[in-house]
Amino acid sequence: MTVPAQESGPHKRVVLAEADIDRALTRIAHEILEANKGSRDLVLLGIPRRGFPLAQRLAQKIAAVDPTVDPDLITGQLDVTMYRDDLRRHPTRSPLATQLPPSGIDDKVVVLVDDVLYSGRTVRAALDALADLGRPRTVRLAVLVDRGHRELPIRADHVGKNLPTSSRESVRVHLAEIDLIGGSAVNEVVIEDRV
Amino acid sequence: MTTPSTPTQYLIRGASLLGQGAEDLLVRDGVVAAVGGAAVGEASADAVTVDAAGLVALPGMVDLHTHLREPGREDAETVETGSRAAALGGFTAVHAMANSSPVADTAGVVEQVYRLGLASGWVEVRPVGAVTVGLRGERLAELGAMAESPASVRVFSDDGICVSDPVLMRRALEYVKAFDGVIAQHAQEPRLTEGAQMNEGDVSAVLGLTGWPAVAEESIIARDVLLAQHVGSRLHVCHVSTAGSVEIIRWAKARGIDVTAEVTPHHLLLTDELVRSYDPVYKVNPPLRTADDVTALREALADGTIDVVGTDHAPHPSEHKECEWAQAAMGMTGLETALSVVQHTMVETGLLDWEGFARVTSVTPARIGRLAHQGRPLAAGEPANLVLVDPAARWTVDPSTMATKGRNSPFRGLELPGSVRATFLAGHATVLDGRLATPRTAAPEAGREAPAWSI
Amino acid sequence: MKHLLSTQDLSAGNALRLLDVAEEMAAVGEREIKKLPALRGRTVVNLFFEDSTRTRISFEAAAKRLSADVINFAAKGSSVSKGESLKDTAQTLEAMSADAVVIRHPASGAPARLAASGWIDAAVVNAGDGTHEHPTQALLDAFTLRRHWAGVAGAASPGTDLTGMKVLIVGDVLHSRVARSNVWLLTTLGAEVLLAGPPTLLPVGVGAWPCTVFYDLDDALAERPDAVMMLRLQAERMNAAFFPSLREYSRRWGFDDGRLALLDTLGLDDTVIMHPGPMNRGLEISSAAADSPRSTVLAQVRNGVSVRMAALYLLLAGDPHDEQDQQRHRHDRQSDDPDLIPEGRTP
Repeated sequence: MTVPAQESGPHKRVVLAEADIDRALTRIAHEILEANKGSRDLVLLGIPRRGFPLAQRLAQKIAAVDPTVDPDLITGQLDVTMYRDDLRRHPTRSPLATQLPPSGIDDKVVVLVDDVLYSGRTVRAALDALADLGRPRTVRLAVLVDRGHRELPIRADHVGKNLPTSSRESVRVHLAEIDLIGGSAVNEVVIEDRV
Repeated sequence: MTTPSTPTQYLIRGASLLGQGAEDLLVRDGVVAAVGGAAVGEASADAVTVDAAGLVALPGMVDLHTHLREPGREDAETVETGSRAAALGGFTAVHAMANSSPVADTAGVVEQVYRLGLASGWVEVRPVGAVTVGLRGERLAELGAMAESPASVRVFSDDGICVSDPVLMRRALEYVKAFDGVIAQHAQEPRLTEGAQMNEGDVSAVLGLTGWPAVAEESIIARDVLLAQHVGSRLHVCHVSTAGSVEIIRWAKARGIDVTAEVTPHHLLLTDELVRSYDPVYKVNPPLRTADDVTALREALADGTIDVVGTDHAPHPSEHKECEWAQAAMGMTGLETALSVVQHTMVETGLLDWEGFARVTSVTPARIGRLAHQGRPLAAGEPANLVLVDPAARWTVDPSTMATKGRNSPFRGLELPGSVRATFLAGHATVLDGRLATPRTAAPEAGREAPAWSI
Repeated sequence: MKHLLSTQDLSAGNALRLLDVAEEMAAVGEREIKKLPALRGRTVVNLFFEDSTRTRISFEAAAKRLSADVINFAAKGSSVSKGESLKDTAQTLEAMSADAVVIRHPASGAPARLAASGWIDAAVVNAGDGTHEHPTQALLDAFTLRRHWAGVAGAASPGTDLTGMKVLIVGDVLHSRVARSNVWLLTTLGAEVLLAGPPTLLPVGVGAWPCTVFYDLDDALAERPDAVMMLRLQAERMNAAFFPSLREYSRRWGFDDGRLALLDTLGLDDTVIMHPGPMNRGLEISSAAADSPRSTVLAQVRNGVSVRMAALYLLLAGDPHDEQDQQRHRHDRQSDDPDLIPEGRTP
């Protein structure tokens, strides 16, 4: 049995290529530093799975601007699986690890990082998860793509690209840290027709 | 000797007698009046014709081991419902086990059961008498009184409980010689089976159910055949379930010991692997054993080491099975599936032909129970206790449609071969077209001393 | 996975997934706020037909940490002791919309019966049935062993199995549901299992188990096990002539101070001593052994909550019609025999 390669489908188009992603992240990194007036108390928490490598990349870019920053010490992962409101609608998902930076999140400026902002439900779950872990001074949200169709009163502070989409389409982010397509690591954002 | 008149004549056309050539049979006045070419000629104009093309004619099956539950547990089964099930299953005689409530340990109880059977009229009901008072294994019941009662009891058994006291067993074996009786032993060493739930072996080890070792059965059989030899009595071993038991019985027969043995249909087909479901429908005494035991039992039945098939039909109300394994009652229904299971396991495997089938389900059980008019050849002048079987039929077992009150069939959902199309009890059709017809009405003189079954 | 009834029908994939989820649950247990909202609004019934405070509170803590509502139904003093059947009890719980039933029962197979009966639609978790199985105990033992084994190798525990590990289980295997569940699970996870005990307390049929059997504990220790799991001995077994006296049992099968020293002599520095509890100190295990740094007894208790959280989460959190899991349900070691005859029905 052969599985047809997903990316060979006729209804796929690339909306952000590798260079576009990199440029967007550079801009977001600068925005974060500007909004925070520096790197003080910054913590970047990626939401699995693709939010985490994005948070790592942002931390690298912040460290490139501010050499006093150790990117590993300001980056963490926040799993929201068990806070989702749609657990019952899907086969059971295994939770992934939550890892906070050694400094914790109390009184920090936490930037939640995710790949796509859509209904806002994941971010809602992330805010609940965060509340169980500590009390940050401020929580901000950075996303690579905002595709609209919000179902909750949630907005992003930093957006790589606003993408008007139809709900029939799905937006896929592929990151080299996670995604191997045809044997090679790729960085791209694509829009596909939902089957 | 009186003959209750059965008004209907039946002309059975083209039945394969014991699986051999097709012949016509005329059934009239309780007997097979004619066989072959003479049958059509002798039939009266109003004779009912039964088209038996493709059907096998066999002597009516005789069960040495049936639990009819009445008196005492009429919620589980009655003589009426149990004997309906028997007729549908192709039986013309069943032996009702003694573990009723009160126990069939007096002439009064056995006579009651006997008369209930006569009143029902679907099948000949022969009570089995208890060996010991209340099945308690302490002192002998009044075996002679039961033998002399209108029920003419010849088979005695504490079935469900082993007569484990060797002295008591010896005395019982000796005592019944006076009236040509037989002790049917439930071979189960009680100390080795305290709390036992299933065959002890690989499966019990995994399931954590207390094991029921084969040796608990085999050690009692070994003792009993030696006792039977010593006192020169005949012994019948109920529901043999292990390969080891077969070996002991084979050895005993080779030594000329007068022992007969029985196997149930379920022990010819099912194994303890089924217990993995923990479904108590598979809980039975003796327990389901291994595939090797099943193979040995089939071979023993084929070579005559095991003489008969006995159903051990044991209906239970559903609440006794809809519970945890350990709490559940032991036993399975069997009257309505026996023929099909034996055809499936013995005939279709080539181990027995239909003549052999008749031997183990009718001829030999009738001889052991001393029922002179059952298990007879299909010949002119013989009592018309017979059954017509469609060996090509296939059916799926559905306990909810059965005549027995018990729903505890371990064969449910299984597709089996062979169906009973007609059963004739002393010339009267109790089953026709695979359905219950009418009971044989008790003859007016049934109340008298002469048993109505004497033909 | 719809029910957790035994470890024998637990695939390696499902077992590892459960252990990995348990690692995440354990991490939650180290937080200040130990509660997760995953099972909010779900009802877990602890149906205990046998006293077991330890197991019950472990399940209760697990369910509560996942925000489930917990109803404790102890059969003693309830309608069950007045003769109500398992069926009626189950139907009562169904009418109360129980989402999961955690059942402890003295009869082997009672949880399987409950799950297969159709009396109740809830997920059934076996919390110990007769002398059959105690799957969550084996899972917490495996969890404890895996952490230890990964630690020895200097690796992280998630994702790893027990390949290469040698586990010795000692004592009354015949009556032990803990032993049965561990034999299947640990071998599924790649460990080698050794059994040691008096022949009277090893089941007939143990020869078919994927284990090596020893009648002499010191011979078994000479095989250099990485873990020694001592089983609880019920003193009343002596009355049924399983062994002559408690003293003799303790001498031959107890993990006493001499055997504790023997581990050092053999250079088994990384060998741990396990016990499912409650312990008979001085009988199957000496106080020195139970309290030694080798002992994992308290870690086992702690890990029990994490493992039970993982079990409840995996059974209850997702869509109940999880097809993928059902396909994986059958055990890896069972062959895919195309035989059409149902098991146990001889052709």
